[in-house]
Amino acid sequence: MRRLAPMLLAALAVMAAACEKKTQPTPSGEAGTQAAQGQSGSAASGTPPASSDTILLGQVGALTGGQATFGISTRNGIELALKEANAAGGVNGKKLAIRVYDNQSKPEEAAQAATRLITQDKVVLILGDVASSNSLAMAEKAQAAGVPMITPSSTNTTVTEKGDYIFRVCFIDPFQGFVMAKFAREDLKLSKVAVLQDNKSAYSIDLSGVFTRKFTEMGGKVVTTESYSQGDTDYRAQLTAIKKTQPDGIYVPGYYSEVGVIARQAREVGLKVPLMGGDGWDSEKLFELGGSAIEGSYFSNHYSPDNPDPRVQKFIADYKAAYGAVPDALAALGYDAARVAVESLKRAKDLSGPSVRDAIAQTKDFPGVAGTVTLDDKRNAVKSAVVLKVGDGKTQYVTTISP
Amino acid sequence: MQSPALPVPEAPSLVPPALRGILPLLIAIPTLALFHWSLTGSDFATYLLSVVGVNIILAVSLNIVNGMTGQFSIGHAGFMAVGAYIAGYTSLQLKEVALSFLPVSASDQVLFMLALLVGGVAAALCGFLVGLPSLRLRGDYLAIVTLGFGEIIRVFVQNTDAFGRALGLSGIPQYSSPGMVFFWVFLVVLAARRLAGSSHGRSLWAIREDEVAAEAMGVDTTGYKVRAFVFSSFFAGIAGGLFAHFVPIINPGSFTFVRSMEIVVMVVLGGLGSTTGAVVAAIFLTLLPEGMRSLFGALGTEGSLAQRVDQIRMPIYGLLLVVLMLSRPQGLFGTKELWDVLPRWLPRKRRGLA
Repeated sequence: MRRLAPMLLAALAVMAAACEKKTQPTPSGEAGTQAAQGQSGSAASGTPPASSDTILLGQVGALTGGQATFGISTRNGIELALKEANAAGGVNGKKLAIRVYDNQSKPEEAAQAATRLITQDKVVLILGDVASSNSLAMAEKAQAAGVPMITPSSTNTTVTEKGDYIFRVCFIDPFQGFVMAKFAREDLKLSKVAVLQDNKSAYSIDLSGVFTRKFTEMGGKVVTTESYSQGDTDYRAQLTAIKKTQPDGIYVPGYYSEVGVIARQAREVGLKVPLMGGDGWDSEKLFELGGSAIEGSYFSNHYSPDNPDPRVQKFIADYKAAYGAVPDALAALGYDAARVAVESLKRAKDLSGPSVRDAIAQTKDFPGVAGTVTLDDKRNAVKSAVVLKVGDGKTQYVTTISP
Repeated sequence: MQSPALPVPEAPSLVPPALRGILPLLIAIPTLALFHWSLTGSDFATYLLSVVGVNIILAVSLNIVNGMTGQFSIGHAGFMAVGAYIAGYTSLQLKEVALSFLPVSASDQVLFMLALLVGGVAAALCGFLVGLPSLRLRGDYLAIVTLGFGEIIRVFVQNTDAFGRALGLSGIPQYSSPGMVFFWVFLVVLAARRLAGSSHGRSLWAIREDEVAAEAMGVDTTGYKVRAFVFSSFFAGIAGGLFAHFVPIINPGSFTFVRSMEIVVMVVLGGLGSTTGAVVAAIFLTLLPEGMRSLFGALGTEGSLAQRVDQIRMPIYGLLLVVLMLSRPQGLFGTKELWDVLPRWLPRKRRGLA
């Protein structure tokens, strides 16, 4: 005990000392936005000469982990866009290169990879991840360092609220909830709908929240809201509870991996009504997992491969030639994000963070394959959504719903 | 199994007795200050070293339970989550508050320290509540209970609005710095080493080797186990608190069972019971994936090979672990410490049992 007392005392003294020691670094952490912006603004403007003939972009995506197919599709889309841009002469004579890092579907890994892209690789621009929490972690780092970031498909509203360097080329979650509510009420003429949400995903909670509100406003009734967690394998309890309320439809705004199983089990417990969902359904795996059970269901999405627009068809043909699969929406959004980035880099007066940011912010009526992109003052894309129907192991285009 | 070396104070010591207690601190503080100063401006090193530091704290603290006491806890990420969320939440609430008698940045650090301690104490409390009933039992029960605890915490956070539910808690002021993280690394290593050599620590070793024999020798096994567990949980909470203050967003996905196992792997790889082993393993395993990334990055940016390879980084990591464990099943150092396994020609102090 006698030895403990001086130690405690010393520890206290050290804590005081430690606090004082931290006085210099904190400003850079806390006032990091201004300080780092100024600093990296100059750093960024200093970097372009270093890579005189190539412009390096960065991407952080979930190449492994639970959302791997999303990350890989996005990467393929981006790769394709850059290949085309390079074939067309690059940006003002400079070739584009991209460095892709995996984030294992974890936010701390995403932040680490983004920091690496910014400080080690000195990228001009970052293309974000699919999952919103990962994009949020990256957005924080990109904003602090003054490096523009475009997320292809993070639909959570808070992502672009991080700051003026963060953009997206997709619509936001509330809009998808609205689209499905409108479609269910006006096109399918449903009046009683049950909601089955994934409590583990903010995306799912957000979509079901807006859906519930809008659907009720439009005169429908949400009879019950049940939840599950990503990774569950048995949903019979929730589905039985839903069955008791006899709904006309079930809104399941989850990810394909669970939705496929949910569809099967819904048919097992005797629920014959259509399922509805959001863009999280969009994967080839959905048909594999859901089989015939998922047929006759609807989901809102960013784009449809059935769209006859020649631009879309050309993209699909090119993508098929390169990767041997029909591109999903995430690939299309990745493609659009990369093309918006390339266009902005062409327009930017130099490659420093602020000029690229301003160039991206001016994006207006950009003809993307997943709809025309116009960025509003909150840096979100204003665009319409499509509703797709699942049938015969593929998706069929049903309708387009505009904001 | 051999018992650990006792840090017997050598008779002719250069250090005056009065200073011996605080000597590590006297050495560590200037070193930390220098370390901190050298890192200003390099964001990536700062981030990476902070992650390394947090992992060291986690591994060393888990080593107290899994290594020294021979219990098997696999819910360390749960305690980390408690610390992270409680400390993060405290900091969020205190964001606008500043101590009037201090400059803003200093007051932020004081509040940060306060938040850390709140998080640590909350985790310790959870450790006490979890440990008290389950540590009375022997064998695998602690593993089951801690596993359950980790999952409960995650599910609880996922369904609590105040903690940001599934999206996670963001906007926590980023007060942390490598200096601060390594100050805690230093504290936990110091505490673990002191504990290992103390009579308290010897009781823990006795429990590890043979619980019945230890009890027969008059060791209050439950009491010692619970204390070790609470101690370990406290530092896990601190690690979580630090984590929350440099990662922009904390999310239940970061505190899964897999995370707990990563920490267990660090402890096992370093050698159960070896503090420095845990430190070395934590550093190695944290830097390994990033090192592979650098290696593959050197293959070129254009080549899609580098991109494909980033994808198989984790399987390679797993494979390396398997190889390491096959070649050294007792871990890198066994129960020894770093200085016991260094080559003999290095000048070192003679140990009683080396």
